[in-house]
This record gives sequence, structure tokens and C-alpha cells, in this order.
Amino acid sequence: MHMPSEKIVPSSDLYAISSSTVRTPDESPRPVRVTARDVSVFYGAKQALFDVSIDIPEKAVTAFIGPSGCGKSTFLRCLNRMNDTIEDCRVNGRIELDGQNIYDAALDVVELRARVGMVFQKPNPFPKSIYENVAYGPRIHGLAKNKAELDAIVEASLHKASLWSEVKDRLNEPGTGLSGGQQQRLCIARAIAVSPEVILMDEPCSALDPIATAKIEELIDELKQNFTIVIVTHSMQQAARVSQRTAFFHLGNLVEEGPTDMIFTSPGEKRTQDYITGRFG
Amino acid sequence: MAETLVPQPASDGSAERLARIRAGLSARHSRERRFRFYGIAAIAAALGFVAILFTMILYKGLPAFTQATLEVEVFFDPEVISVDPMPVQQQGQSQAEFRRAMTDWQRQATMVNWNRIVEAAVRNAAPGTEADSRQLLSIVETNARFELRDRFVADPGILGSTARVKMLASANADNWLKGNINRDLPDAQQQLAAPARELADRLYENGHIRFAFASHIFTNVDSRSAPASAGLAGAFVGSLYMMLVVIVLAVPIGVMSAVYLEEFAPKNRLTDLIEVNINNLAAVPSIVFGLLGAAVFINYFRLPLSAPLVGGLVLTLMTLPTVIIATRSALRAVPPSLRQAALGLGASKTQTVFHHVLPVTYPGILTATIIGVAQALGETAPLLLIGMNAFVAQIPGTPLDQSSALPVQIYLWQGNENRNFFEARTSAAIIVLLGLMLTLNAIAIFLRSRLERRK
Repeated sequence: MHMPSEKIVPSSDLYAISSSTVRTPDESPRPVRVTARDVSVFYGAKQALFDVSIDIPEKAVTAFIGPSGCGKSTFLRCLNRMNDTIEDCRVNGRIELDGQNIYDAALDVVELRARVGMVFQKPNPFPKSIYENVAYGPRIHGLAKNKAELDAIVEASLHKASLWSEVKDRLNEPGTGLSGGQQQRLCIARAIAVSPEVILMDEPCSALDPIATAKIEELIDELKQNFTIVIVTHSMQQAARVSQRTAFFHLGNLVEEGPTDMIFTSPGEKRTQDYITGRFG
Repeated sequence: MAETLVPQPASDGSAERLARIRAGLSARHSRERRFRFYGIAAIAAALGFVAILFTMILYKGLPAFTQATLEVEVFFDPEVISVDPMPVQQQGQSQAEFRRAMTDWQRQATMVNWNRIVEAAVRNAAPGTEADSRQLLSIVETNARFELRDRFVADPGILGSTARVKMLASANADNWLKGNINRDLPDAQQQLAAPARELADRLYENGHIRFAFASHIFTNVDSRSAPASAGLAGAFVGSLYMMLVVIVLAVPIGVMSAVYLEEFAPKNRLTDLIEVNINNLAAVPSIVFGLLGAAVFINYFRLPLSAPLVGGLVLTLMTLPTVIIATRSALRAVPPSLRQAALGLGASKTQTVFHHVLPVTYPGILTATIIGVAQALGETAPLLLIGMNAFVAQIPGTPLDQSSALPVQIYLWQGNENRNFFEARTSAAIIVLLGLMLTLNAIAIFLRSRLERRK
């Protein structure tokens, strides 16, 4: 059903392809939002990622899977330059957001992170009120002209994160007082309050119980209508459930990438098949 | 492998294993009991020493808060107080002329032999005493006459009338009545002559001398000519000024240095060197800071001697390393996830630090500040080197006025030649100092619990 030619062949003529499209299983070809070419990451002298090239489609969920230490989180953190905060971490190669190199010296990393939001593995709400958690991003970026607008953004974000009904009566209570799943949805609300174009999620459910996980997955499914989502997960079932495209990482290499159903039903690489069938990982 | 996880029926092997475990068990338990006992013993010893310290201080110091006070009828005798009527500003008299006339009149009032008034009042309270005037006046504090003069200057109409006046008994009389002096000592070794001792006892019996709360400890300044009226108001205010200087300087400088070093500075040899030196500064003996202060602030910058400002600057130098080190460790304890959360939202480095990281460290910074300030409050050695051990008989009006400090006052009183009177006074000053520190700590605990609740 899917042609093997779906796989990206890194070659020089693909360097300016940000207007090209990739296919997702549910729909017709989608425009590409983020393009990575030959991305290598070094921690000091140790190379953690080897020449990764991938296209991430708009308004779809792309999942990164692979065993621990395979480099999937490292690559995710390259996409909004969170690796900048780690000392002696070096990134080679080219990553483009809408055709603009995000490692360009002229690009402001603050602006980049306003466009590429992030949700972390462990829920990390600020030790402030629920309202303040969501309002912080719009406030520092000056997205609201007045209190009423800010209130509207907070409410809309909490709605989108399916948290509004649970917290609307206690917006002034601390965000840290919520349950783990609610905290993670609060973090998602906080990320989408800035209206980013891309949301990166680094194993967002690994600290949550199955019910909270199901809610988050449902939420991710809704969010993909408005946002481009990249999710790192160590659960293959989760990748199969929420994503349209899947990339399998192993030992710092991007082994295979393609529409999720194809990766899970007829992977092109033996290593992918071994991992998916539980032979290692 | 999997078989070992299945519970085994008791075989010879497992019984033997169990026996081995049991054999060691009692030794393990007794080791634990011994360790707990050592811990409890250590705590008991520490608490015991603290209890002894506080008991000694309270036992010695509390009596100093009550002092023998003489209450007698004083007749403002017009024959003794022969002064002109108080000048009134005349029509056409200039302000300066009037003030000169007033000063002249006050001088006249000062020249009056007020001791005669005091003597008459005391004699009246103990008729038929054998004490001569010298002996009689030796049981009254020397500044009683100034108090009478002030009373007269404030209200000249009192002339010719009688008023009930309270005046302090002298330090020697106070000692005698409190029993601090062995009553069996021969006359030659007594500080008061026999008739004066007898007079003091008599006044105490007929109720003219009472032990009253010595509020002047808190309102008066140090005094050498009138030791019984010596107080520590000057030292207290001096210490407060120094605390103010320390808080105003050490906290912002220390916190900012710590934030920069921890959050912004690149990690290289230079910052390592700075870190090592800050840690070393925390261990430098305080007297060295005193020498530094004398050399830099007084010799080079020509700041005044004995000024709380200079004392505060020296103590700031001493407190800075404490504040910096504590703030840095508080910053280091902030989970990285908080920084990532803010950075991931697009907050700049500065916004991340000031909006999110620093606020969670406030309780830690507060604790560090209070510890540093309390340490500075009790510091004596560096103050001796910048002249704050001078005898200062006034309450400083500004941080640039000459002043003493509480711990220095303790040091000065401790060395006072009037030993058995000032021993109690010293302990009283220690109680005040400890009270101030406990108050500071209480405020810190209160603020910290409030800050922590806000989270």
C-alpha cells in the first residue's frame, strides 16, 4: 500500500525541499514543516547522533521510537535548541523550520522557542497558580494587550488541553497541587498558550498512569488538527495509536522513517522489525 | 534462574541459611541500638550544655533588671536654690539675646549645690543617721543631682514645694542590699563606710529603698561616673545601624554575585578561582576583616572612627561569603526541570532566573541572611580594631556618629573595675543580645514559613 520510496534518501538535492510534502496514512500528502539534514550531535567528544535526516509534516503527529539512549530525545531537543542549555553539546548539520535554518546566528532562540513549544517527560508546572502557569508564556511574549485578552487565552488554552472543566473553579490554586495527569495537561496548556507552530513532546506519558495516559493521547489526537506535533515515546503501542509517521532510532542513527502503519506492519529494516517485535530494546 | 524465585520447601540447605541469618541478627540489632544510644547521648549532652549556659546567664543577669531605687520627699529649698527667676522673652529682645539669658540662667541652676537638697531629703527619710554628708551621698547615684536640676529647669515653679522623687541608689548600695558583698568583711575591705551601710539597710527596711524594674538599662547610655545608671541604649542603636548597613549591602551584593556565578558565568579557570577564594574568605578569622577595615575604610577612605557605618562595612565583608555560598547552594538545589520549563516556553535566561529560579530560593536566601546577620551581630573582634570599643556616652543619631555595639558593650562591661556590679550588668546585656538574636531568628522562621506556603 505504501511505496518504499516514501523513505527519505538524504541527498544534496533535498536541501531546499521544505515546500515538498510527505505522506501520512490517514490523508493525502502533507506539507513539510520541519526539515533536518545530516544532523549530528556531540556531547564533548562523544557523538550521540549520526547524520539524521527527516521531514516532519504539518498538522500531524510524528513519533520517535527506539530503545533507551538511541538519541531520539537528543534529536527532539535539537528542534527547539534546548541542547544549547547543555554545556559542551555541539550540533552539526541543518535544521529548517519553514525553510529557515534554526541554527542561524541571526535567529533569536527565544523566538524559536515561542514557535516550537515543548512538553517534558516529567510534568513540571511552575510553583505558581494554575492561571499564572498558563498566562506566563503569553505575558513574556506580549501576546495579550490587556487582562481580558490574557484571561481569554488562558481559558482557551485550558479548554484545548481538556483541563478547563477540572480547574475552572480553582485557577488561583497552585499548579503543583494537581494530579500527575492534570499537571501534564497543564504543561500542555502552558505550551499551547503561546500558539506555537510545532509542539515537541518528550515522553509525555512516561510518568503517568494508564488512565491519565489515555487522556493525554486523546488530547494529542485533537491537537494535531492545529499543531505540528513531534512525540518521543518508548511505548510502541503509543506510537501506533497517536502518530501518523514514525521514526525508529537506534544507537544514534535514524534507522527507518515512514508512515506509522507501514513501519509497524512492513518495516524495511531488520533492526526495526526486531525492535517492534520485542526482540531487543 | 527462574527456579530460585519459586518458594522452596524447607530443605537442609535453607534451614542452614536461615540459621546463619539468625546468628548475625542479634549482633545487627544491638549495633543499631548502640548507635541510637550514642545519638541520644550526644543530643542530651548538647542540650545539657545549652541549658547550663542559659541558666547561668539568666541566673546572673536577671537580678540586674531590678535595681535599688530610692524614693524620698524632696524639698526644693529656696535658700539653697538661690537663682534669679527664669528669664522671659522681653518686648524688643532678640532671639539670640533671649537664648543667652536663658543659658546664663541654666548655668546658675547648675551651679546650685544640689547635693545639699539630696542630702536633706535622705536625712529626712532616715532621721538620726550617723552618716556624714560624704557617706550619705555615697549611697545615692551621682547623677541624682542632675535629675533634680533638670526637674527644676523644666518647671521652676516647683521652688519652695515638696515633691516625691525617685532616684537610683549607687552601685555600691545596690550591691550591698542585693547581698553581692560579704557582710562579714571588715570595714577596711568594704566599699561603703559603716554608717552608710547602716543607712542603706535602714532605708530599705522603712521602704524608702525598693527594688524596681531598671528600665534605664534600655534608655540610658553607658556611664562611668554614674555606673548604676549605665544602660546600653547607645550600643543597641549602634548595633541596629550596623545590621541595617549589613542587610542593605550584603544581601543584594551577595545574592547578585551568587546568581551571576551560578547561572550566567562561564565555567572556566577564572570562575573556579573566584569560587575557591569566596570559600576561603568564609573561613578568614574575623579579626583580619577588622584590620582590613581599619586599613581601607579608616586609613584610606578616611571614614570616621567608631562609626557604625564602618562597623557595618566590615561586617558586610564578613557576611558576604556566607550569603554567596548559601545562595549558590540554594540555586543549585533548584530542579533543572523548572529551568527547562521556562526556557522551553521561550523565556530568556534572565527571565528564567528572576521569574522562576530565584523565587524558589527565597527561603534559603532568607535563612542564609539571618544566619549571616546574626553572626555579624555577635561579632566583636573586628569592631575593636576600628575603634568601636571607645567609651561613647551618647545615642548615635546617624550611622556616622560615634557609637558602640552590643557585643562590644558586653566586652567593656565585663572588664569594668566595679566587678561585682557589672558582672550582673554584663549578663543583662548578654540577655538583651540573645533576645535580639532570637527575635531575628523568629522573624526569619515566620517569613520563611510564609514564603513556603505561597508556593
